[in-house]
Amino acid sequence: MSEARRRNEIRFYLNDELVEARNFSPDLTLLDYLRIEKRLTGTKEGCAEGDCGACTVLVGRLSGDNLIYETVNSCIRFLGTLDGCHVVSVEHLSGSDGKLNPVQQAMVEMHGSQCGFCTPGIVMSLYALWMQNPAPSVGDVEEALQGNLCRCTGYAPIVKAAMLAAERGGQAADVLVAHRVDMREKLRALRDGLRVEVVSEKGQLFIPADLDDFAELYEEVQGATLVAGSTDVGLWVTKFMRDIEPVIFIGAIEDLHKWVESEGAVTLGAGVTYSEFLPFVDERIPQLSAFWRRIGGQQVRNMGTIGGNIANGSPIGDTPPALIALGAAITLRKGGERRFLPLESYFLEYGKQDRKLGEFVEMITVPLPDPDSRYAVYKISKRRDEDISSVCGAFNIKIEDGLVTFARIAFGGMAATPKRADAVEAALTGRPWSEDTIVAGKAAFAEDFRPISDMRASADYRLMAAQNLLERFYRESLGEEVSLTREAAE
Amino acid sequence: MSGVVHKPLPHESAHKHVSGRATYTDDIVEPTGLLHAYLGLSTRAHARVTGIDLDPVRNAPGVIDIITLADVPGHTDISPVGAHDEPLFATDEVMFWGQPLFAVIAETRDQARRAARLARVTYDDLPAAISIDEAEAAGGELVTAPLTLERGNVEKAFKSAPNIIEGEMEIGGQEHFYLEGHIAMAEPGEDGDMLVHSSTQHPSEIQHMVAHVLGVNSAAVTVKVRRMGGGFGGKETQGSLFACVAALAARRLGRAVKIRPDRDDDMSGTGKRHDFKARYKLGFDNKGRVLAVDATFAARGGMSADLTGPVTDRALFHADNAYYYPAVLLKSKPLRTNTVSNTAYRGFGGPQGLIGGERFMEEIAYSLGMDPLDVRKANFYGTEDRNVTPYHQKVTDNIIERVVEELEASSDYRKRRQAIVDFNAKGGVIRKGIALTPVKFGISFTATFYNQAGALIHVYRDGSIHLNHGGTEMGQGLNMKVAQVVADVFGVGLDQISITATQTDKVPNTSATAASSGSDLNGKAAQNAARKIRSRLVKFAAKRFKVKERDVRFANGFVLAGDEELSFADLCDKAYFARVQLSATGFYKTPNIHWDREKGMGRPFFYFAYGASVSEVSVDLLTGEYQVDRVDILHDVGKSLNPAIDLGQVEGAFVQGMGWLTTEELVWDDKGQLRTHAPSTYKIPLASDVPRQFNVQLAEWSVNPERSIKRSKAVGEPPFMLAVSVVEALSMAVASVAGYRVCPRLDVPATPERVLMTAERLRREAGA
Repeated sequence: MSEARRRNEIRFYLNDELVEARNFSPDLTLLDYLRIEKRLTGTKEGCAEGDCGACTVLVGRLSGDNLIYETVNSCIRFLGTLDGCHVVSVEHLSGSDGKLNPVQQAMVEMHGSQCGFCTPGIVMSLYALWMQNPAPSVGDVEEALQGNLCRCTGYAPIVKAAMLAAERGGQAADVLVAHRVDMREKLRALRDGLRVEVVSEKGQLFIPADLDDFAELYEEVQGATLVAGSTDVGLWVTKFMRDIEPVIFIGAIEDLHKWVESEGAVTLGAGVTYSEFLPFVDERIPQLSAFWRRIGGQQVRNMGTIGGNIANGSPIGDTPPALIALGAAITLRKGGERRFLPLESYFLEYGKQDRKLGEFVEMITVPLPDPDSRYAVYKISKRRDEDISSVCGAFNIKIEDGLVTFARIAFGGMAATPKRADAVEAALTGRPWSEDTIVAGKAAFAEDFRPISDMRASADYRLMAAQNLLERFYRESLGEEVSLTREAAE
Repeated sequence: MSGVVHKPLPHESAHKHVSGRATYTDDIVEPTGLLHAYLGLSTRAHARVTGIDLDPVRNAPGVIDIITLADVPGHTDISPVGAHDEPLFATDEVMFWGQPLFAVIAETRDQARRAARLARVTYDDLPAAISIDEAEAAGGELVTAPLTLERGNVEKAFKSAPNIIEGEMEIGGQEHFYLEGHIAMAEPGEDGDMLVHSSTQHPSEIQHMVAHVLGVNSAAVTVKVRRMGGGFGGKETQGSLFACVAALAARRLGRAVKIRPDRDDDMSGTGKRHDFKARYKLGFDNKGRVLAVDATFAARGGMSADLTGPVTDRALFHADNAYYYPAVLLKSKPLRTNTVSNTAYRGFGGPQGLIGGERFMEEIAYSLGMDPLDVRKANFYGTEDRNVTPYHQKVTDNIIERVVEELEASSDYRKRRQAIVDFNAKGGVIRKGIALTPVKFGISFTATFYNQAGALIHVYRDGSIHLNHGGTEMGQGLNMKVAQVVADVFGVGLDQISITATQTDKVPNTSATAASSGSDLNGKAAQNAARKIRSRLVKFAAKRFKVKERDVRFANGFVLAGDEELSFADLCDKAYFARVQLSATGFYKTPNIHWDREKGMGRPFFYFAYGASVSEVSVDLLTGEYQVDRVDILHDVGKSLNPAIDLGQVEGAFVQGMGWLTTEELVWDDKGQLRTHAPSTYKIPLASDVPRQFNVQLAEWSVNPERSIKRSKAVGEPPFMLAVSVVEALSMAVASVAGYRVCPRLDVPATPERVLMTAERLRREAGA
């Protein structure tokens, strides 16, 4: 790509200000930028790994022609990913006159803060909810707060504050809502279709102009670290202090955010975030709806991508088992060449995937569940929400005339990679859908898996729980009520 | 009176919290030339250090200096109890994984943090005792002196007891997980002065420790803290390390120095709630009444004494909870282990002792086939008799029966329990459980000298009031409560009171803000100071307006002196011209408490706070997953200084306690490295873990019979233990698999894994 097609700075809005940044490290986080360089200290560091939410800010970005605002963890979000975005920190919410916005006001009145350190992050999460959902349920509020830890209040007053703010409304007068059209135009004006290349003594970072530009670029700088949502790579920097440059930020490539449905399958770009895909999940794969909402917290779902969850090959990623059980395949691309791979074949061993130098995960093709099959995904973790699975099991089983005619079962947390349960599938297939078959299926787990003990769970528990998930699946197929549902407790 | 006390007013900083304008230590405007320190930590649990090469650290970008123990000009030990077992930096031997070896100072925090990892340290491993079991197997070395509490003839009581049960219970520790981690910033001044901003519950101790380490007088060191982003006991002693390192570096370099560990280092390198193993023998009659208790509470103390002594003492003080033990022998066993030294955490050992006592009740109930609530009621302390504790203090303010009876009725406990028994009888995968557990918690530091406080109040000519006291604000609303007390004395609105940072040069020799005592002690001290000024104003007004002193009244920002009415500000201005001193210090010491630790006798507690909770849970017996469906709480805070703040304390404490007992699991690997050192692996409760039905009430009828501040009661710690009912409810759900005939002995934290494995064990035992 010629020099003329390049830009050597990033441009974004921070609250009211246009920022043009060109001399910064590729691994500079948004949080450090806000706190250290801008001295906007309302945003806090609690964990630097995207788990506590004290650093929550809003990022507005163009999605097609719309401007959408999402909560993100600024601690693991790299500054370089903000080109063309509008960053909103807590300082922006109350006007220059110090008047609190309705969410803040409700938090004060409901006694939603004690030590106050988590509070700016909580305010940002509630603010995003308030803008987007004028009449939330308690469940919606809890979902919006999945990525925010509070150690003092026990959350009850915070939930009440969210409900009070919703009741009071007032969104039309809000600073972001009022200026939304204006900001959308400003962000549109920043779109110039150029490749961004920022080179400083601190390293190199690239933002490709589009998908083809990315394919070309990745051939040029083959050792580059690819960063989409940074929910994983962010921690390489903040926790392990790994050197990630040169970096290619691919989170803003529009083609990677698209999906199409055809012939009983959906093909989605690797950059589709969990949040973006949620409406599709709810409509077309409702079996995944509850599970999808237990992946990370809201901020992580806003940032993290399905392609990233696959590409990094984690043995405890939540989407691979769910997608493997559906028979998903991925498209790997290098330059102009593409190859297709069943998803389970991509995972070779711990930390090793079938991805060649210069190759990247471009698309994922997911067959939709067969309406005549039963499909379910279960996640077991110490804490219900925003936790990493100790065991994640996905079952896709077809029963015809009382016989199992098809079984695809995959597990995470049970081996060094996400893995199909071949022996269990074999123990079920062709057998009558009965308790005896389930007993045989449970016994086969020990052939498929030798899980490890770690801080999340013991090997014994993992194996037993995995076996029992098959039983849960069976009992559910008989119409038994075997799962806990939070709503039922009301 | 204007009536600002007993009102549900918001936290004094609430508007700043929600707008990001509340300043925490890391938010303070940084002095020019500020440098950043970071700690180099050991990567062995117990080893001889055979070599330490710091050249790679020194040569790293931005590095200015390195500090090791040899560079400390003053004392090199920072044991808060003077045990001399806690060197600021390890030298020849490391005692736990994460122990500091050196500090590096660099231009930026990122540079310091990266450089700290470059040290080349070689070790010769020594045998390490990580767990309680390992420490006992290695000979059971104690880290501090144990305590024995004894009353009645235990041996004889067991001989005549118709039923005897022996058992043990594992009780997990807990990470504080204050959202703001440890941090300190030191600014050097002239003449050896040092100003230290520290996120600490105990500024005076930081001051003394920094002075010791620098080798200067305490008067040369000023410690300042406006607020903490949570403390929970984790900032009672643990801040010294960071404050001392910042001050040492600041002294050496003549520049301001800040140090803030990342979350992982904070969690690995600072102490936590002690985990315990309780071993017990119970004698009881056929009606469920305890006859004798013999129990030992062994604790993982960590590598040094720190506060393990008083923590394990308090475990024994609360092993009775609300129950009378006619004959009792309680022993603590504070073990030394090669782990980070455990420390204060909300309840200070009390929760671990209390949950042991509740296990006793559970054992008896399952053994006799009784509703555990009936066993509890049969054992409650009496008011006239059966009212002497294992430490020989009489319980004279007992209201537990009323609290429990009201809650039992309001929560519809009996009916719901029957419905749950019926539900479980259907034998499904989902089982339910319900439990009602009480709390009685003793208020006062058991180290009697700690029960003192000071305050400083200035009233200015315009009637504005500068309020300072020795307590620290960590979110608990202490500053608000104290301000309410002071506003009440002067009859003014809160807007006239300036709440200021806690500072050791304003109020000296303060106690830690701990043991739930903050408002009891500092409220009284501030009231004392305010009353001094008011009485001068009264004298002045009486003279000026020629009325009797008792006819001078303060209300609604005005002063009434007979027929004369003037604003408070006006009076202050007039008093100034009449040369009336408008500044005063205040002091308070808790009356009528004493404690003889050698004899295990005394009256260590000024009074008791009470409460009770009912929890209902659902458990999935295929996976051990569960949810808390409903919780009802009735809690006693005496006559509340601020019902909104107190309600927040009760709810927050319950949820934090629930975390301790359910999902919060500390896991060390066999090498002694903590594996749960960040929120990705250590799971504190989320909003979606809180019961959808969460009915929390204060016992509005309660008035502290002691002359506490405005007849209120302490609230920080007692409600933490209300969460015990969650575990007992889980236990009941599990017990259903064996027809409630076997006590499940569900240990804590009751993670889904533990719940499932306990149910499996019960099934095996019931089948066998």
